[in-house]
Amino acid sequence: MASITVILNKCTGCTLCVRSCPFGAITMANKKAVIDMAKCTFCGACVPACKFAAIELRKDAVGTKDLSGYKDVWVFCEQKKGVIQTISFELLGEGKKLAKKLGCKLCAVILGHDIESKIDELAQRGADKIYIVDDPALKAYLDDPYTEVLVSLIEEYKPEIILCGATVIGRSLVSRVAVKVDAGLTADCTGLDIDQKDKLLLQTRPAFGGNIMATIITPNHRPQMATVRHKVMKEAEIHKGHKAEIIRKKYPASVLRSRTSLLDIVEEVEETVNLSEADIIVSGGRGLGGPENFAMIKELAKVLGGAVGSSRAAVDAGWMPYSHQVGQTGKTVCPKLYIACGISGQIQHLIGMQSSKVIVAINKDPDAPIFKVATYGVVGDIFEIVPALTREFKKMLKK
Amino acid sequence: MNIIVCIKQVPNTTDVKIDPVTNTLIRDGVESVINPFDVYAIEEGVRLKERFGGKVTVITMGPPQAESALREAISVGCDEAVLVSDRKFAGSDTWATSYTLSCAIKKLGEFDIILCGKQASDGDTAQVGPGISTHLDIPQVTYVKKIEKIENGKAVVERMTEEGYDILETPMPCLFTVVKEINTPRMPSLKGMMRAKSAQIVKWTAADIDCDPQSIGLDGSPTRVVRIFTPPPRKGGEIIKGDAAQVSQELVQLLKDIVI
Repeated sequence: MASITVILNKCTGCTLCVRSCPFGAITMANKKAVIDMAKCTFCGACVPACKFAAIELRKDAVGTKDLSGYKDVWVFCEQKKGVIQTISFELLGEGKKLAKKLGCKLCAVILGHDIESKIDELAQRGADKIYIVDDPALKAYLDDPYTEVLVSLIEEYKPEIILCGATVIGRSLVSRVAVKVDAGLTADCTGLDIDQKDKLLLQTRPAFGGNIMATIITPNHRPQMATVRHKVMKEAEIHKGHKAEIIRKKYPASVLRSRTSLLDIVEEVEETVNLSEADIIVSGGRGLGGPENFAMIKELAKVLGGAVGSSRAAVDAGWMPYSHQVGQTGKTVCPKLYIACGISGQIQHLIGMQSSKVIVAINKDPDAPIFKVATYGVVGDIFEIVPALTREFKKMLKK
Repeated sequence: MNIIVCIKQVPNTTDVKIDPVTNTLIRDGVESVINPFDVYAIEEGVRLKERFGGKVTVITMGPPQAESALREAISVGCDEAVLVSDRKFAGSDTWATSYTLSCAIKKLGEFDIILCGKQASDGDTAQVGPGISTHLDIPQVTYVKKIEKIENGKAVVERMTEEGYDILETPMPCLFTVVKEINTPRMPSLKGMMRAKSAQIVKWTAADIDCDPQSIGLDGSPTRVVRIFTPPPRKGGEIIKGDAAQVSQELVQLLKDIVI
């Protein structure tokens, strides 16, 4: 089995590793690092933290696979009712950069029914090659046929990297695919890059509720798979006239069979703007005092063309449906603008929204933790400030 | 009905504090709890048992101290508990974790439904549930917010989506990952707490679950962490002062470029 050891003659007792350990497993004894094996999880954080190469994490040699045949960057392009989801364009934008660094092609993969017309849309977003599987069995997302088709494509065409949105569909799909093709999968990446030396995909993601960032690699398995959060990457620009090579595939019923069947798709009208895709979110919390006061939050969101979010406290009180909850047990969002009204900013809420680009906090308590993450803070009465803000925005936007 | 609930013990994030000097997590004194999403999976399992009869087996992979999470699950109505624990599992990523749990589940024998929380609060991957169903080659439905009905070996459930929900029918045995909306977990009863104290916890090591030694722990994990760093802490910004009209005008100016 794997092992971790401190090479005593290299260890200088500098304590850098002690601070790097997320599990508190390293202590110093006689000026040498000691690893408590009951706490160590082999996460490997201490290895690069040591400047003297004194910590060795050894993996048993598992039969190495031939990885040379794997090339190209694939983006799984999610469609719903024939509409390509914006996350796919964000991934194509990021995928292009990775493909350039690797000197390979950017390929879009799209599954669905009657989706022939989507080819131009994907080509214009920079795809060099498009794998398209058009079949009635793939009209809406189902775990079984989508998994089997993607697995078949991977086995035949051997991509080096696959990117997929960290959406309901994306997370369900690629988790299955990664197990089937024996690939490494990193969830919810917020940063991707290529290691210049080894040409490996560097996948950076928040860990431990966003307090720590981890960079993860998949050295000995292919493809290297990652899901990526909404709104982290920039959408690929549209280049009219850009053409792609098209590969149309058909699969037999044995590949397309589904054990589960979709009986109905229900869209809840309340959710006018998809929270995780929204550029602007206006959120309300306990400070609103009651469900009726969410009206002013909704009004501001409407003026800004944004979505309505809620703290857990307001959901638990029954003021807003759970689908609006932002935070650890709700949704993780990273819009361009997050306006928190009457939200104190408990750690569970901050985890879900602290990667927003600009945060505005309006709260009457000057000591509220939300001000610690806010780009702009206003200490005051939300019942005065929110309506005034709505009026000012209306004026500026001429609404 | 045989129900299996997979849980994980995680640090309680309400307790998490950041060391202001080193800017890393302070773990000392942080209480361990059942992953908040798994609490809903446990409750749903117990409710299914109450509706259809049978038993609920709760299972976790983790260090020896994860036993306390299993006892907590028993206190709210789970019948049996299995701790899968071995140094050989250390360093498992989601691939190896789901493989290990699937081996343990195979050893448990026949089952109808496996329930998992939608994701763990410390890793946030949402990959282990689907990984288990794939290793076991059974159908799955993720993000389940309601189990509508179960009859003739089939279950009809609602899967939460970004826009609303889908209604799906799946044959059993199957695996569901559940969201918070599915139920309101109960508090342990006095009788439950007494039972939890005295209950026998089944303990399995790698040798007990018929697993391929190359597919577990760090060796069986395709991914590897190469760097862990603390993001620069988000600094509190500017506090804008004045009456409602003044602050609104100033904010609108500051936010103009984003909003238009």
